[in-house]
Amino acid sequence: MVAYPDDVIAELERRANLIRRHVIRMTRAAGSGHPGGSLSSTDILSALFFKVMHHRPTDPTWEDRDRFVLSKGHAAPAYYAALAESGYFPVEELLTLRKLGSRLQGHPSRNKLPGIEMSTGSLGQGLSTALGMALAARLDRKAHRIYCLCGDGEQQSGQIWEAAMLGAHYELDNVTAFLDRNKLQIDGPTEKIMSLEPLTDKWRAFGWNVIEIDGHNMREILEACDKAKEVRNRPTMVLAHTVKGKGVSFMENALSFHGKAPNDEETKKALRELGEDI
Amino acid sequence: MRFQYASQRKEYGRALVDLGKSRKDVVVLDADLSSSTRTADFAKEFPEHFFNCGIAEQNMMGVAAGMAASGKVVFASSFAVFATGRCWDQIRQSIAYPKLNVKICATHAGITVGGDGASHQTGEDVALMRTLPNFTVGVPADAPETYKMTRAFAEWNGPCYMRMGRLDFPTVSDPDEGFKIGRGSVLRNGEDVSLIGCGIMVSRCLEAAEALERRNISAQVINMSSIKPLDDALVAGAVKRTGAIVTAEEHNVVSGLGAAVATYLVEHDPVPMRRVGIMDTFGESGEGEELMRKYGLTAEKVVEAAEEVMRRR
Repeated sequence: MVAYPDDVIAELERRANLIRRHVIRMTRAAGSGHPGGSLSSTDILSALFFKVMHHRPTDPTWEDRDRFVLSKGHAAPAYYAALAESGYFPVEELLTLRKLGSRLQGHPSRNKLPGIEMSTGSLGQGLSTALGMALAARLDRKAHRIYCLCGDGEQQSGQIWEAAMLGAHYELDNVTAFLDRNKLQIDGPTEKIMSLEPLTDKWRAFGWNVIEIDGHNMREILEACDKAKEVRNRPTMVLAHTVKGKGVSFMENALSFHGKAPNDEETKKALRELGEDI
Repeated sequence: MRFQYASQRKEYGRALVDLGKSRKDVVVLDADLSSSTRTADFAKEFPEHFFNCGIAEQNMMGVAAGMAASGKVVFASSFAVFATGRCWDQIRQSIAYPKLNVKICATHAGITVGGDGASHQTGEDVALMRTLPNFTVGVPADAPETYKMTRAFAEWNGPCYMRMGRLDFPTVSDPDEGFKIGRGSVLRNGEDVSLIGCGIMVSRCLEAAEALERRNISAQVINMSSIKPLDDALVAGAVKRTGAIVTAEEHNVVSGLGAAVATYLVEHDPVPMRRVGIMDTFGESGEGEELMRKYGLTAEKVVEAAEEVMRRR
């Protein structure tokens, strides 16, 4: 197991904070979007794009790149910010989110923006496409891995469990999926709308290697990715316990910021909390 | 008319095997119906390139999309009702919108499925697929054209839908003519009325043309195997030549071939037209041929429609 020095962790945390500030500014500029689920995913996305994945932002179709699918497509703001900060496109373009003519669609579109492996947004579908990429990689005897970030709300879709069966059946150990367990969906807490627990038992029963972590602990995220690589004949689901709206006090665990942008006052307050000098 | 009969499914399976021999990038998926769809023929020859996804069509379409995004030419098969309706949103979001190279090749379309009844029959699949942007839709008239369409789809970069039947179909297509996306073909020349069919109804159109000839009516017969894009030039030529159009399909007349031709006519060249097909109803159990008679998918219906449009001209 790799021991990650404190400065590596600190740098990733700094960059995650930068992504969070982008998310606030982007959704403010767009006047809509999903800040809550973007902020719960930010630390996982930062770990993947700035440390874990092998990819070449200047050569986005490099054959041997690791693939990433954002199954919870509504976390697009955080995803776009991670892509821009990786160098796939200019950071200034982030503020065009959701605007007419922009490459930054409300939900990710594969043919619009470099770095997007799959169009997503209709929930429950991304994991299946990630498994298709994993089957193709194995057929081509390629060593790259497929990463996928799922939401917890979409665990209510039947297709997720169809994919769970296929992943185990074909022993796709080149897949590392994350489950952003922020416990809230549009209409309320997941356990009130359509209870999901015991999620860990469910994924284990479906034949997956399950690793439970704090989804905001950078070291735990990195270590889970390393452990997943060592598992043979089973795909891995990293069940990441997260906080919706993480990093902005008045957005944390707040249902209202699932699909609502902050106003001017809230934007200033959020950016101040995230350490920006205004 | 005396026809030779042959299986579209068998020719689909043979085309897949031939593709497997020449191309390493072809993969085939099925949802537990591989012996019926004949993808099992490919699975036997190329087990590494075949993936049974179980009775889980939504996931199968997602897996197909992911494989296509990784450079594979993906054929995904099941019965037409399951390959389109059960997973339409997955096809829309994960295949059509990102324009991925997936070929959905479905068998057991229409009502000639027979005894299984309405749950396994479909008169809606062409409608569902042709309304999706980026999709190419083809309905081969017979077994030889099925082979050619499968090969043509493999060469085409983009999502495609092909509809096949369960029964052996009369062989009607010209053995010397290849299938081209966006092109139909004239099987019989005529001056008085144009009969535009697809699938098994092309053979009914040929029978109708013969019956009409006995009444001194000269009918042109067109095999419109490319539903989307429609062969507009061929329809325009028919309008110019006969000015009276009948369409015939083993599909709901709501939004199938007839609707596509009607749209072209209304916008460009309004002439009398009638649609022969399933009249916006579900099917039932029975023998394929019996069902075709009961639901009006016959040469007699095409003849009636031809005489009516000629009167209205």
